[in-house]
Amino acid sequence: MNEKKKIESVQKILWQLFCATFTLSAFTFGGGFVIVSLMKKKFVEELMWFDEDEMLDITAIAQSSPGPIPINASVIIGYRMHGVLGSFVAVLGTAIPPMVIISIISVFYEQFRANRIIATALQVMRAGVAAVIFDVVMNLAKNVCATRRILYIALMFISFVATFFFDVSAMLIILSCLGIGIIDLLHNLYIEKRSANS
Amino acid sequence: MNLIIKLFFSFIQVGLFSVGGGYAAIPLIQNQIVYTHQLMTMEEFTDLITIAEMTPGPISINSATFVGTRLAGIPGAIICTVGCIIPAFIICLTLAHFYYKYRSFSGVQTVLSALRPAVVALIASAGMSILLLGLFQADKNSIVFSDFRIVEFLLFLGAFFILRRFKVSAIKIIFGTGVVGTLIYTFLPIAL
Repeated sequence: MNEKKKIESVQKILWQLFCATFTLSAFTFGGGFVIVSLMKKKFVEELMWFDEDEMLDITAIAQSSPGPIPINASVIIGYRMHGVLGSFVAVLGTAIPPMVIISIISVFYEQFRANRIIATALQVMRAGVAAVIFDVVMNLAKNVCATRRILYIALMFISFVATFFFDVSAMLIILSCLGIGIIDLLHNLYIEKRSANS
Repeated sequence: MNLIIKLFFSFIQVGLFSVGGGYAAIPLIQNQIVYTHQLMTMEEFTDLITIAEMTPGPISINSATFVGTRLAGIPGAIICTVGCIIPAFIICLTLAHFYYKYRSFSGVQTVLSALRPAVVALIASAGMSILLLGLFQADKNSIVFSDFRIVEFLLFLGAFFILRRFKVSAIKIIFGTGVVGTLIYTFLPIAL
């Protein structure tokens, strides 16, 4: 009886995982960080499967690995929820919508490009996508400020200026902050050791 | 059959070497498909980029599917996409394994804490870029202020207000702005 319940709950999680990645992938225009903010809203705020910090870590890993960011993020989230099988389900959910949409469009390409209503809808949807990202960023930035550590708040502002105004690559920013994190860790260890000695 | 195998290995390379998101993949695909194997002309390739950007989904998956469908039908689309995903799948699975194994260590937490503000900034920057693209229909480096679009701006403010005020899902908001915006442009005398 218990065993049966367990299988049912696993099936439920896998199904939710598939539905979530499928719908997110079907509605995500323009770049990996867009889908990441949608994933944050879905998995952290709606389904409450894991917390915000974990989502940010997942994003950093997805960004630094080769391959499309949405696929990378799906692999990690899937693994988190149900191991390799979970990864497989999440990737399937993420890959199917663009495959179906593009297969259809590649046949009707000329009509698609000339259609005014589609062009208008795609243009105005950007306003909605931007609103979603700003909503997610507001929450995330609030939490960074809540750490009350000048280092983290400064890193956030400097990274933003570097990437937005100076087009510094995301990879370089992540690697630099990784370096700063390691220095911070070594500094902490040094202080601990010194206070233990005295 | 030969073509399918060629495509498969081309896209494994694309998947393996495109670090840092969709736009990194484009020159790689161009190199593999247009130059090395000459499976497409440059003109077809430009169309491909236009479509990949206009439609939802990751750009590299979109282009893999488009190239596959054009060259070898549905099986081609599946083979190209799978090829593009395999390297990411293996590498991310490995990284995820180590992340979940070591993430509870306090030292790892200290290092990760310095990474998180950077990720917030990267997401914010992507949001700014897409907002400017929506408001001025131009890339952030080539903005003309007289091109400002009031309809998109109001849609943005409305969507943002609804998101902050009520718990609405992202998909509903994006779809909603699409419908409302298209209706405004179709039935009101405003030029797009």
